[in-house]
Amino acid sequence: MDFATALQILDSTVRLSTPLLLACLAGLFSERAGIFDIGLEGKMLMAAFFSAAVAFVTGSVWLGMLAGIASSMALSALHGLASITFRGNQLISGVAINFLAAGLTVLIAQDWFSQGGRTPSLIGQARFEPLTLPLADTLQTVPILGPLYHELISGHTLPVYFAFLCVPATWWILYRTRFGLRLRAVGENPAAVDTAGISVIGLRYAAVAICGLLCGIAGAYLATALQAGFIKDMTAGRGYIALAALIFAKWRPWYALMSCLLFGFLQAVALRYQNIDLGPVTLPVQFMDALPYILTVVILAGFVGRAIPPRAGGEPYVKER
Amino acid sequence: MTTAPAIELRGISKAFGPVQANKDISILVERGTIHGIIGENGAGKSTLMSILYGFYKADAGEIFIGGQKTEIPDSQAAIAAGIGMVFQHFKLVENFTVLENVVLGAEDGRLLRPSLATARAELKALASDYGLNVDPDAVIADIGVGQQQRVEILKALYRQADILILDEPTGVLTPAEADQLFRILGRLKAEGKTIVLITHKLREIMEITDTVSVMRRGEMTATVRTAETSPTELAELMVGRKVLLRVDKTPAQPGAPILEIENLSVTDSAGVQRLRGVSLNVRAGEILGLAGVAGNGQSELLEVLGGMRTATGRITMNGQPIDLGGRHSDGQSRRARGIGHVPEDRQREGLIMPYSAWENSVFGYHHDPRWQNGPLMDNAGIEAAAQDQMDRFDVRPPNPRLAARNFSGGNQQKIVVAREIDRNPDLLLIGQPTRGVDIGAIEFIHKQIIALRDQGKAILLVSVELDEILSLADRVAVMFDGQIMGEGPAGSATQVGLGCLMAGLGGDDTRDMSGWTISDAAIIEEGTPDVSRIEAQLAEKHADASKEV
Repeated sequence: MDFATALQILDSTVRLSTPLLLACLAGLFSERAGIFDIGLEGKMLMAAFFSAAVAFVTGSVWLGMLAGIASSMALSALHGLASITFRGNQLISGVAINFLAAGLTVLIAQDWFSQGGRTPSLIGQARFEPLTLPLADTLQTVPILGPLYHELISGHTLPVYFAFLCVPATWWILYRTRFGLRLRAVGENPAAVDTAGISVIGLRYAAVAICGLLCGIAGAYLATALQAGFIKDMTAGRGYIALAALIFAKWRPWYALMSCLLFGFLQAVALRYQNIDLGPVTLPVQFMDALPYILTVVILAGFVGRAIPPRAGGEPYVKER
Repeated sequence: MTTAPAIELRGISKAFGPVQANKDISILVERGTIHGIIGENGAGKSTLMSILYGFYKADAGEIFIGGQKTEIPDSQAAIAAGIGMVFQHFKLVENFTVLENVVLGAEDGRLLRPSLATARAELKALASDYGLNVDPDAVIADIGVGQQQRVEILKALYRQADILILDEPTGVLTPAEADQLFRILGRLKAEGKTIVLITHKLREIMEITDTVSVMRRGEMTATVRTAETSPTELAELMVGRKVLLRVDKTPAQPGAPILEIENLSVTDSAGVQRLRGVSLNVRAGEILGLAGVAGNGQSELLEVLGGMRTATGRITMNGQPIDLGGRHSDGQSRRARGIGHVPEDRQREGLIMPYSAWENSVFGYHHDPRWQNGPLMDNAGIEAAAQDQMDRFDVRPPNPRLAARNFSGGNQQKIVVAREIDRNPDLLLIGQPTRGVDIGAIEFIHKQIIALRDQGKAILLVSVELDEILSLADRVAVMFDGQIMGEGPAGSATQVGLGCLMAGLGGDDTRDMSGWTISDAAIIEEGTPDVSRIEAQLAEKHADASKEV
């Protein structure tokens, strides 16, 4: 493998990791507050559709992004209503959201655009354009570091940079602010938060709202930056992979970055190579495509160390003596 | 500084559905005193205090704090009124440090660091003022329950509480830890704080309170000066009739050994050794009481004997070896060998809460041919038998169709005890028989255990209540850290001596107990044990244990 190919794979790793990372951090906020969210997938899908649809109609990617965020946060509110206010089962509510999003997006897309459940392709201002960072072109001729800077660091769309900045931001919020302390506490022992005179419900809604916001950005990125428009089921299980990455990361922001990069890398490799020839064995492309999902199963089965989830996760809070 | 009472409640009432938890309760707590509230389980003590802490809203009545009429709609309001509460089950975040737990909800501003710095300084001051020493950077999960309780007290003091409510604070403590808690409470009182102590232990009330209020079935039956009352009078006020505080029993007539345990060891799934070479035997016609602070291996021993856990070593029952890890190491096989088991946690291991009492009355014995009707179960027969059982064991209400969860703690326990005793086992394993059970039911269950002994059966009693061990058992063994620290006749055992053994210490106090054999594993401490040194030694041992893992 030459340097240029390696660079291309890494570049594509960054692009493919971005939606995973945003969804993973979204899940992190929600689950750290004790609300399991299996509906990351549905929220991303909903946001992908609405961002693409609104971006196409208005011609503005920013309006598209706002619409995507709004639709994702609406689903988050639904999840909050079901699992916080009405103390319903969080898994069932999440699954319902996924089904709702899968069906609704295609139905509305067909009704609005009549293109077989997809939106028309986005062009120009309706998409995020890659940004060229200062000096990227000038430094391109510097050996190794030049192309590295030009290809890998520069030349991505805005949401990519945003996603990677979210990692230190999440860490800072979680471990350096009052809100973070309370958020972590409410996922571990809501009774401690309640007796300290803080609203458990308020904290959990805040967490779920942040989750909706990040999922919205992730979905909008898929439809308006990574690709040019919405197609049916375009999230392709990314919400579930993000959940696996979250468990792999043991619900920590920096680990989340690492595990999302790993999953992104696997996807990039599968995209780049058709069949991988390992001498006696040839790995078919189907295997490479399946690899992220296989790894997901392996991680969920607990083969990679013991991950201890937030203790109060999945349990609605009921006041007791 | 006013002379108004710290707390005054007037006519507080609270109902949960048809159940009247608090009925027209009025109480007056003087500033700078320790006020005890005593009553059986379900008497409404905790409900009353939850109203005071803003967890529940009273249906009627008024609250005055320091003479001011105060509305307490939530915990925030209670904290603002200077009330701090130490719950029976601590409200701590286990993977946070002490400092983080103290700060939670009482932060200075949006950023954490300044808040933590303030709290660190404040904790230092509180530690020197009241003797509340806790390492601010220790993680809650790594410190003992006694320390955790101090963190709860520190939380309240950090929030400027003037009134401290403690709900059953000694339930989880060793006698030494309890003494230390009382010393801390004494210092808080001397500093002018008001303390409300909720408990069902008469000894504690007599020891440290100034006044005591007695509750029974949601009503306040009396408030008296502690100096002017006696344990017997309080017990009568609690139950509403005369109670036998001492258990009546004749000396044991022990026969041949029924259960013999040799060198039993257990390592749990996390790789921690829970039992280290335990040897014990229980003879026919005697009650062996196994004392110890919860979590020192007693539960594991019961689980091995009951067929819920595998082990290495050797156990014989009536001279025949018992399978400790093979096909016949399950609860079913144990019952077939004549071992009855009343598990420690009746709600999780003894009963299936949503199932009816009659269904619960055959669990573990449901393969008995007596209950089979061809390929089906003889449900009508089981229900009739359950009805009979409930009448004989005084289970109230005597309705076999009621789900187990609808009975009170004491009556749930009676259902389990009835099921196991009615099978006439050669050996009865009984764990925490009266945990969370009211006085009336305790008396009844104790009588049943003694009656079984008098029929020549062997009984292994595990309890964290020293009083219970001392009044019921004929012979006592003390466990610490997975080992037997000492063993001897109940008659010559002393509270102090047992307390030392429960902390893993041997020494003068234990040598005074005649007829006792003290294990070499006990740390020898000369003279009167000094609590802080014991704690240091325990911490050291604890550190060693975690290194081994």
